[in-house]
Amino acid sequence: MSMFNIFNISGSAVSAQSQRLNVVASNLANADTVAGPDGQSYKARQVVFTAQAMGGTGATGVAVTQVVEDNTPGRRVYDPKHPQADGEGYITYSNVNSVEEMVNMISASRSYQNNVEVMNTTKSLLMKTLQMGQGN
Amino acid sequence: MLNRITDSLNFNTEALRLRSERQRLIASNIANADTPGYVARDFDFASALSQATGRQSQAQGLAAPRLAMAASSPAHLTRNGRPAGGTLEPELNYATAAQTNLDQNTVDMDRERANFADNTVRYEASLRFINSQLRTLNTAITGQ
Repeated sequence: MSMFNIFNISGSAVSAQSQRLNVVASNLANADTVAGPDGQSYKARQVVFTAQAMGGTGATGVAVTQVVEDNTPGRRVYDPKHPQADGEGYITYSNVNSVEEMVNMISASRSYQNNVEVMNTTKSLLMKTLQMGQGN
Repeated sequence: MLNRITDSLNFNTEALRLRSERQRLIASNIANADTPGYVARDFDFASALSQATGRQSQAQGLAAPRLAMAASSPAHLTRNGRPAGGTLEPELNYATAAQTNLDQNTVDMDRERANFADNTVRYEASLRFINSQLRTLNTAITGQ
């Protein structure tokens, strides 16, 4: 029965999207983080999705294969009064772009909803299939 | 005699099987809407169904006697060109992108959602056809 596979497929997509949402939350939480004494500020992270065969022709799920860090330099602001300012009086914020992260969040949440709906529809179809021939 | 009764169910059974297969394909497409480089897939339902049921058997109708050929291997073909052992997989095609994407993903979410809804309704229709056929058979058997 090929329809049971749909729960695996959509389930993998839902878990991948929630991982993406997790990363977005972590990025947004650290949007205003200042670099510590070691000079290393928080780096924005992104998940990488890869298609994954799930048995049977055409059954393809999603998996997060890696989480990559954005290596662009963080935002530098002149603020000599800040306790974490360096010798020249600059502080380094994380390189998170809040607008990009918000867009990413909306996209992830829409995809999540789509996959949940696929699962709901499939479940109701399977329930009806199980009752085949009973409604006399 | 008995296989004549079940033969009338075969068509809708094949339709239901292909619908569930298509449902799985569309679910895969929706799941991979954000995967870079994923190519959406689908198959032509009408040709897959006529291939699965075999046009000749439809043309002959149910009255003709149907003798199955003996097959010693599941790979042997029956009279209508299907393998004796299993069901023929539909031929999968690749969808072209309606709008090009930088990440080479060809899933068109509007199209997939529409196809998914359409396929759901048609799956339910096939189910109802089977149910009403069963009811008809039941009425004939009980004779009331």
